[in-house]
Amino acid sequence: MADRNVGPLLQTLAGGDIVLTEADFFINWARRSSLWALTFGLACCAIEMMAAYAARFDFDRFGVIPRPTPRQADLIIIAGTVTKKMAPRIERLYHQMPDPKYVISMGSCSNCGGPYYDSYSVVKGVDKVIPVDVYICGCPPRPEALMYGVLKLQEKIREKSVRQEVTPTV
Amino acid sequence: MSTNPTSTTETPVSLSASAAGSGHGVPAGGRQIKMEEMYLNMGPQHPSTHGVLRLGIMLEGEVIVDVIPDLGYLHRGTEKLAEHRNYMQIIHLTDRMDYLSAMNNNTGYVMVVEKVMGVKPPERAEYIRVIMCELNRIASHLLFFGTYGVDMGAVTPFLYGFRERELVLDLFEKVCGARMTHSYMRIGGVAEDLPSGFIEQCLEFIPYFRARLAEYDELLTYNPIFMDRTKGVGRLSPERALAYGVTGPMLRASGVLYDLRRDEPYSVYDHFDFEIPTGREGDCWDRYFVRMQEMRQSLSIVEQALAALPPGPVNLKTSRVLKAPEGEAYVEVENPRGQLGYYLVSDGGESPYRLHIRPPSFINLQVLPELLTGLKVGDVIAVLGSVDIVLGEVDR
Repeated sequence: MADRNVGPLLQTLAGGDIVLTEADFFINWARRSSLWALTFGLACCAIEMMAAYAARFDFDRFGVIPRPTPRQADLIIIAGTVTKKMAPRIERLYHQMPDPKYVISMGSCSNCGGPYYDSYSVVKGVDKVIPVDVYICGCPPRPEALMYGVLKLQEKIREKSVRQEVTPTV
Repeated sequence: MSTNPTSTTETPVSLSASAAGSGHGVPAGGRQIKMEEMYLNMGPQHPSTHGVLRLGIMLEGEVIVDVIPDLGYLHRGTEKLAEHRNYMQIIHLTDRMDYLSAMNNNTGYVMVVEKVMGVKPPERAEYIRVIMCELNRIASHLLFFGTYGVDMGAVTPFLYGFRERELVLDLFEKVCGARMTHSYMRIGGVAEDLPSGFIEQCLEFIPYFRARLAEYDELLTYNPIFMDRTKGVGRLSPERALAYGVTGPMLRASGVLYDLRRDEPYSVYDHFDFEIPTGREGDCWDRYFVRMQEMRQSLSIVEQALAALPPGPVNLKTSRVLKAPEGEAYVEVENPRGQLGYYLVSDGGESPYRLHIRPPSFINLQVLPELLTGLKVGDVIAVLGSVDIVLGEVDR
């Protein structure tokens, strides 16, 4: 329990190995500390996502570990241009993920179309297809930006409550 | 992924001459056995397709009968968009085609515009372009090295390859501020001169990386498991390679000594002394090994270019909104993946009338069904990885 965010909410009872805390706090702590992300790179941003997993940036230290299948993933990072051909597949992958699930839109293309804002084949933002939790700007965003995005998502998860858990639908 | 669930078609195969119509429950000798041809869907979400390629694979047992690549998941309409952008604005579109070698893409594009306009960049700019292109070749091949290792079940090369790639990206960042999508080339030169400290940092990198290359050879190149999985797999004969129009390291791995930098030298490549590595068998291991050797040659070219870097201006200071005279031109450059061609038709306006792009990955990819037919399903990743495609370029 070395996490600095755990401190004040935990109470150790005298004389025993029992701690008391709120259910919300405990569940959110578990959820945000090991976000398993689906490996799904679409375009240039995917290379920066790979760089974030690799030696210099070491994404694993945030508990973010790549999973090749949506059935075991908590987080989908939309890294790249979403084309009209790809959009239905992304929607399907999103629905295959178990709850609770989170979406990070990485890069200008998946935020709003980016450099392809006037292209006939590009969806102008992945939020037209699935709900997005965190948007990261950049073309492509640096690995540091992606890490910051994940930290922001962790902040967001911290505020959630299990009592009113509803999966947004599109 | 399961965009198209696995479906099967049943092909009854008679194993015995007396089998026909003997009905159910007949013991061996008069029984029909059904051979199933299975359809295996791979992609577009698959960790080893290097992007968003989808392959429909027809299997008979474990043997591949046919492969149908399904493209277009990353089609962004680059060629059409180019008709609505001015000449300067197209540079950033070329970055995002083959996003692993943006410098090379930029160079080819600005060269074709320069050819139509009839201008020639200063010599210092040409040298800087060569340095950047060769550094980018190293970065691109390093990514291939890393991902191909992962494809073959070795995770360490991925970490090693990216560790060294970051050093190259640091150099690019110093020059233009971007790690991947550089937009550093300009029509008539490059954006800015080399910053102070760049040459020293580059000279430090070269011997460091030479030693790392030797380490890679010990780690992966001659690893018996890696060799077992790649030696003799996916052979491409030089005749077939030429017939398909395959270029780049794939062509050279088949034993054809052809490299635009040597045979039709553009920019200032004729000033340098370098070798063109070739393979003998044309198998996956050769394609891997040719790329590893190319990195050594690129280092040598960078070294020579830094030593001979002439002084002077780095661009012609062309106006931001420029008009190319009426005409057309075709320019090909040697990208890390093969020959990248630009065909530009200008009607005298601010943007091209037509810009056609010949992407090397797209042409190299068409050989995939031929390479895979007859192999086992486990070899799909080995062969696909060795073709080294970038889907941004395949689909444009």
